[in-house]
Amino acid sequence: MTKIELTRNLFIKNALKSRYPQLAVFIVMLVGYIFAILAGLIGTPVGSHNFSIVFVWIAWWAILILVAVPFFGRGWCAVCPIPLPGEWLQRGAVLTPPEKRPKWLNLRVPKMFRNIWLQNISFLLLALFSSVLLTTPNITGIVLAAMLFAAIGLSAIFERRAFCRYLCPVGGFIGLYSQTAPIELRIKDKQICVTCEGKPCYNGSQAGYGCPWDVFPGGLTKNTYCGLCMECIRTCPHDNIAINLRPFSADLAKPSTRMDEAFKAFIMLGSAMIYAGVLLGPWGEFKDAAYSVGSGAWFAYAIVFLAIIFVILPGSFTLGILDTKNTLPLKQRFASLSTALIPLGLMFWVAFSLSFVLTNASYIVAALSDPLGLGWNLFGTANAVWQPMLFSILAPAQTLALVGGLTWSARTAQKAANEVKVSSIPVIIYSFIVTSIMLWLLL
Amino acid sequence: MNRSELLSRIFVITGIILAIGAPLVFWTRTPLIHARMAENGGWNPDIIQAEVGKPLQLKITSDDVVHGFAVGQMDMQSVDVLPGKVTDLTLTFDKPGIYTFFCTRWCGLNHWRMRGTIEVSGSSSDPEPVSVPLYVTLDLDIDAPHDAPVIPSGQPSAINGQQLITNLPIDQSTDYYRANSPYQVFDELSSAVLTESERWDLVASIWKSNTTPESLANGQQLYAQNCAVCHGENGAGDGVFADDLAASGEASMQTMTGAENMMMQSPVDFTNPTRMLGASPALLQGKILRGGMGTGMPMWGSIFTEEQIWDLIAYLYSFQFEYQN
Repeated sequence: MTKIELTRNLFIKNALKSRYPQLAVFIVMLVGYIFAILAGLIGTPVGSHNFSIVFVWIAWWAILILVAVPFFGRGWCAVCPIPLPGEWLQRGAVLTPPEKRPKWLNLRVPKMFRNIWLQNISFLLLALFSSVLLTTPNITGIVLAAMLFAAIGLSAIFERRAFCRYLCPVGGFIGLYSQTAPIELRIKDKQICVTCEGKPCYNGSQAGYGCPWDVFPGGLTKNTYCGLCMECIRTCPHDNIAINLRPFSADLAKPSTRMDEAFKAFIMLGSAMIYAGVLLGPWGEFKDAAYSVGSGAWFAYAIVFLAIIFVILPGSFTLGILDTKNTLPLKQRFASLSTALIPLGLMFWVAFSLSFVLTNASYIVAALSDPLGLGWNLFGTANAVWQPMLFSILAPAQTLALVGGLTWSARTAQKAANEVKVSSIPVIIYSFIVTSIMLWLLL
Repeated sequence: MNRSELLSRIFVITGIILAIGAPLVFWTRTPLIHARMAENGGWNPDIIQAEVGKPLQLKITSDDVVHGFAVGQMDMQSVDVLPGKVTDLTLTFDKPGIYTFFCTRWCGLNHWRMRGTIEVSGSSSDPEPVSVPLYVTLDLDIDAPHDAPVIPSGQPSAINGQQLITNLPIDQSTDYYRANSPYQVFDELSSAVLTESERWDLVASIWKSNTTPESLANGQQLYAQNCAVCHGENGAGDGVFADDLAASGEASMQTMTGAENMMMQSPVDFTNPTRMLGASPALLQGKILRGGMGTGMPMWGSIFTEEQIWDLIAYLYSFQFEYQN
């Protein structure tokens, strides 16, 4: 299937090239983000009526997992406000590239951290506390503020967007799943990049900054680490950068061989299953254990959580692909074949999120009118009654997502298996089993 | 710095100031009364200042579950306080004093601890003299055991007693009724030529003659709203919190200087004749007014009016006596 270059459209191209539309969105997002922090800290402690919980964990999450990631990949990263204050301070400018180099430390991130293991850990940390985080406004406020300050701190020490690239708990899985999205930023002609002097897309120029994501656009083959910040579109002197519309999951045709990414796939797959069981399932004791952070029951929950993600799921996967006759190292086969779990994991999250988003979406309307719980009624909707939305289509939609995910995963498994010259059957059976478990948990 | 950069910075800084400043300003200008379950702090603030004749505007919100708000000894309808929502309420006080506000929803085991005060200053055009409660006048020890040594074999009938009373010189006055327990009256009737059952029927009749259907209905309503949660809808001491109160007994044990160990107890069973028939209305008044001092029984003196307490007491005896056919 061919690609369609969206940047051929002059309106789109100019909108992306100009800094003003992006800056306007940035300011709105940053104001909303800071407001969410304040709402979390001073607003009502009742989560379902606090802007921070309702807009971050219901509205934002719904947009992220149901729209932004599946259709725009790292589209959220393109407008995320978290790195902005740090980046502006690092650059010494909000809009125009400075004439002098930044005065901050501008160190290179040590090699041992230049992977997504820290992101895997930061995601798991939040995941283990998620029951409390997702329902307690002041905890949400503190975590949002901590991410903002962590991004500022890392910008002060390291070059570019170290927080986004190596620490952001959300950025890791957005990157992984962005490979499935039908949008990509790529160069048009490789030869132009080879001969390009100074590589301003990576090093910066008067026209813009060097890639904040520490990626050389000329070498881009996957969406994983391109934050769609559009800086290279501005800096490329040869107009050689394009935004393309492409088939879904195009990046998965060439499987990754990295263990940090392979484990990310298991972390996401396992987390979706555990959440479905603990947060949506009928087992009150599991829910209590997840809520009672610091108690013995919670530690047991945390151990089981980590065991499922790091031992049971990858262990059973490894047993499935054990093939003593294959000459390719097991590690490489493990990393490559786990690519099949990327579309499956994404659809697990879609199915899980549909449940709580449709159940709780009506809170958004009320919180819009009274975001802090101070008795306001800005839009006349403060007293909107809670009611689940589209309840009748929930189960069919979830089933469709899971079955679709399984099919997508099987197709990806076949491609990945071809690359490493092994059978795809064990991976397809594995996907079938975990999908069946997820179906049972959700329905 | 070029103009566009300068403008951008101004927009960014203005946005940040607005995002931080606006919620802070509105938040500080909206003083809310927060309701939380007693275990998590109860009312905050729990002392409110007001002035006689000047409307007191309150904004009340709940930080956890559904609570209710009412002010004791005041003719007002209680209002619900919903989680994350704000309830607006305006109160006007015509007499100075310290009023108690309290939760009217059974929000948790320590629901009855959710109390606060409104200190109303100013002067009243119609000052009311303070009356000493009857149980104090009678110098009753309301913590002393008061079991009735004899109890009736069946439920005494006021209707049957009514037929006997006309022929006998029996004191039916309110003073006599309030100062004596049913057993004491039963005992005083021993000289009469009556069977035990008839004497109990007479007692029931005297108790009935000291109340009215309206008082009983009012007492029943007060009981349902405030007492049934522990003492049970049918008075059997089996309200929804009864088991939890009993379970928390040992844990709640507290020792006070000069006092015996007190601990949460199972709520009293009003259907138990030994206990109820040995208690005079004045004794029950003391127990309701003062509360159980650490046993879990709250003090209601600052919430119920004297008349409400007598109505409630009249209703409590209906668990022992049959007032109608």
